Amino acid sequence: MSLWEYANPKKFMQTSSWALPWVAGLSVLALAGGLIWGFFFTPDDYKQGSTVKIIYLHVPSAMMAINAWVMMLVASLIWLVRRHHVSALAAKAAGPIGLTFTAIALVTGMLWGQPMWGTWWAWDPRLTSFLILGLFYLGYMALWQAVEDPDTAADLTSVLCMVGSVFALLSRYAVNFWNQGLHQGASLSMDKEENVSDVYWFPLLVCISGFVLLFVALVLMRTRTEIRARRLSALLARERLA
Amino acid sequence: MIALLIRDLRLAFRAGGGFGLGLAFFLLVAVLVPLGVGPDSSVLAKIAPGILWVGALLACLLSLDRIFALDFEDGSLDLLATSPIPLEGVVAIKALAHWLVTGLPLTLAAPVLAVLLNLPAPGYLWLVASLAAGTPALSVIGAFGAALTVGIKRGGLLLSLLVLPLYVPTLIFGAEVVKRGALGMEVGVPLLLLSGITAGAVALLPFAAAAAIRVNLR
Repeated sequence: MSLWEYANPKKFMQTSSWALPWVAGLSVLALAGGLIWGFFFTPDDYKQGSTVKIIYLHVPSAMMAINAWVMMLVASLIWLVRRHHVSALAAKAAGPIGLTFTAIALVTGMLWGQPMWGTWWAWDPRLTSFLILGLFYLGYMALWQAVEDPDTAADLTSVLCMVGSVFALLSRYAVNFWNQGLHQGASLSMDKEENVSDVYWFPLLVCISGFVLLFVALVLMRTRTEIRARRLSALLARERLA
Repeated sequence: MIALLIRDLRLAFRAGGGFGLGLAFFLLVAVLVPLGVGPDSSVLAKIAPGILWVGALLACLLSLDRIFALDFEDGSLDLLATSPIPLEGVVAIKALAHWLVTGLPLTLAAPVLAVLLNLPAPGYLWLVASLAAGTPALSVIGAFGAALTVGIKRGGLLLSLLVLPLYVPTLIFGAEVVKRGALGMEVGVPLLLLSGITAGAVALLPFAAAAAIRVNLR
């Protein structure tokens, strides 16, 4: 049993068809549990009041926005090296999901920033780099749309994804240069003294796992759709020939 | 390779080649901005570094789709791909030609336009230095974008959508150099980072661009 057998679309469809309900169900459970726990059973922050609860949407979606790009990068590399179509389709499927997570992170951040920092938008390094990440997602999806031949599109978007990763990282560190951050430093790392307090930490963990599962479920679902669309177009092409 | 460079330069300079288009665009930006924000010289002095860099960047963007599109249409790109020069070399030469036709004139014209925008005196040297260090990166990144979109009909808009996010780090560091230079501050760090981006892009992106062209010619 190796990971590579899922490169076979049939095998992938079989396994994902029973895995999908489990992953989706678990993600609903984790999200519902985490959000309800977070929203109703945690105390208000002494400085931020109840707005602190946006953290349960903001932090996980921001994490997944970055992780979705990393997943696209890995899937693109697998496509370039081993030419497994499922991998390319999974990367394609992850694009809009990542963009949505980026948008959620930005919007919840704005809603949080307005009462706390007194502004909807500031050119804070993290805000700026997320906006740029969103632009990268847009470009990636637009390139998929624009190229007609699916293999060519997969190749070109993979190259774009690799180059884009480097430049997204560069942009992330370039905006640090302005030196006017509103965000606090890292507060979720494992080895630091100043983390968020445990009251917020545990429901946040549940929410993060819920978002991870949600991402996996959505990617599986969209990849299945892509595979079916590919099969359909193959059938149509065969019919036209016959 | 030199023959290819000379050919590209000739094509660019002759009628319809688009030489001067970017320059004229740059001039227009520098004229339009004061018309838009008003002639207050202290405001202009403050925004001049950013405007000049954004103007240079957009002027570069204008002529990007010419790098490969015409050669792709008439088939000379196929010939170049099968020629003894490696495709990476072809890309590098074409990016160099693009830089000679747009980046270099922009760099030379920038101090003149900076007068219009009332850039403080110490900024001039750093404006030229930052554009000289940064515009090669713009050309190479643009060549990569052009290589990605060469097979797409009317890919110009897509090209800008792909390339502009890639321009972000170059723009930030480039404008930072001029801003600090104009205020008489230390410029070493952003200038070094800018040169680093250029060096990295020149070294690596031709390979990515050549890979994209090979895919598009398949």
